[in-house]
Amino acid sequence: MVLLTLMAAITIGIVRIRNLFGVVVLSSIYSFLMASVLIVLDAVDVAMTEAAIGAGISTVLMLGALYLTKTNESDPVYSPIPALLIAFATAGFLAFGTVDLPPFGNPANPIHHHVANYYIENSIQQTTIENIVTSVLASYRGFDTLGETAVVFTAGIGVLLLLRGRRKPKIVKDQEPQNEA
Amino acid sequence: MEISREIIANYNNWVTIFLMVSGLYIVVARGNMVKKLVGLSLFQTSVYLLYISPGKIIGGTPPIIAEGFTVYSNPLPHVLMLTAIVVGVATLSLGLALTVRINEQFGTIEEDEIFARGEDQ
Amino acid sequence: MKLDLILRVTTKLLLPFILMFALYVQFHGDFGPGGGFQAGAITAAMIFLYSITYGLAAAQKAVPPGIAQKMIPLGVLIYAGVGVVAMFKGGQFLNYSVLTDDAPHAQALGILLVESGVFITVAGTFISIFYAFAGRGR
Repeated sequence: MVLLTLMAAITIGIVRIRNLFGVVVLSSIYSFLMASVLIVLDAVDVAMTEAAIGAGISTVLMLGALYLTKTNESDPVYSPIPALLIAFATAGFLAFGTVDLPPFGNPANPIHHHVANYYIENSIQQTTIENIVTSVLASYRGFDTLGETAVVFTAGIGVLLLLRGRRKPKIVKDQEPQNEA
Repeated sequence: MEISREIIANYNNWVTIFLMVSGLYIVVARGNMVKKLVGLSLFQTSVYLLYISPGKIIGGTPPIIAEGFTVYSNPLPHVLMLTAIVVGVATLSLGLALTVRINEQFGTIEEDEIFARGEDQ
Repeated sequence: MKLDLILRVTTKLLLPFILMFALYVQFHGDFGPGGGFQAGAITAAMIFLYSITYGLAAAQKAVPPGIAQKMIPLGVLIYAGVGVVAMFKGGQFLNYSVLTDDAPHAQALGILLVESGVFITVAGTFISIFYAFAGRGR
């Protein structure tokens, strides 16, 4: 599909470009294209989340971090050949693994037979909620969502601990700067 | 229809592998920490594609129950990937906060310069 | 100054609609795509827009950092609180069916409360993180 080709082209841009500001803008475009691909694949909830979080929150956070550090990447010191070899070897192994996958979009795939049927058939009469993804997320698998909310909580607390104190001048010797509460 | 289905099936897998491997390459080969985090988020996005594309049924509709539709796409990968997206942005924000603090402490965010300074001391 | 003026007026017009859309996504999560995570992210994006256009001080007067920081554990408390209330009423942890008499409507009530808890935590976390990054300036 055209969208997937565009995503691959943008990825090549992200790898090659040295100006970090351009990289952040390209990654925001990439998130938007990913949201479009997800809509084509019938994943509307995930597409909305990816658009809101990937293209909105993630871009602003990266721009904030760039504001506090520098905006250009230095030239590489090591040769890129070993990394390229690792990349190609990994790609070869993954391609070898995809040979046995069932055909795309076939309703007779084994993934559609076990739990998903139960959720689709029983969601309305057990929870009166028409969006199956919401009912699975909040009721059938509610414990996982509690863990996910705890992860967001931990990330917020961690960033506040790291960044909330007043900024001290750069210390030459090896000392831990104290944070003002 | 058969040929287009074949091309789409393999194309999904190829592009997923390409995105995953390029994210891995950025993490391994580039020394700038912000760029490494961008590569990591690129890697995570390819994993969303990896999980959601087997869940699609050709001729189905999004998994919201409505009148007149009987074939729905599989809702289970959608649920898992919703959690994955939020965890990914949490990891990204913590990584960026650490990068800002490293920049304040060492004055640079290039990996090789920090290692060289560590060897000097 | 003219470009700045266009941005300011447009932002001021758009902000209530963004908040309305976030609340719509939150409460219509049962009937269409949506839910707590998307609504929290859109609310945080609204505060980002306000802060970028009008300055950090104006945004911090609208949503003080103290309130944003208290919102983070409040959402987790609501979520776990629903589970504990279910335990007091006789079921297991997070079993929504025992919250009222009618089991399917109790499930809908439980899901509504839980999604609002998620919304509060996500919005509070992203706004606090943004304040932490933007307030660390040179």
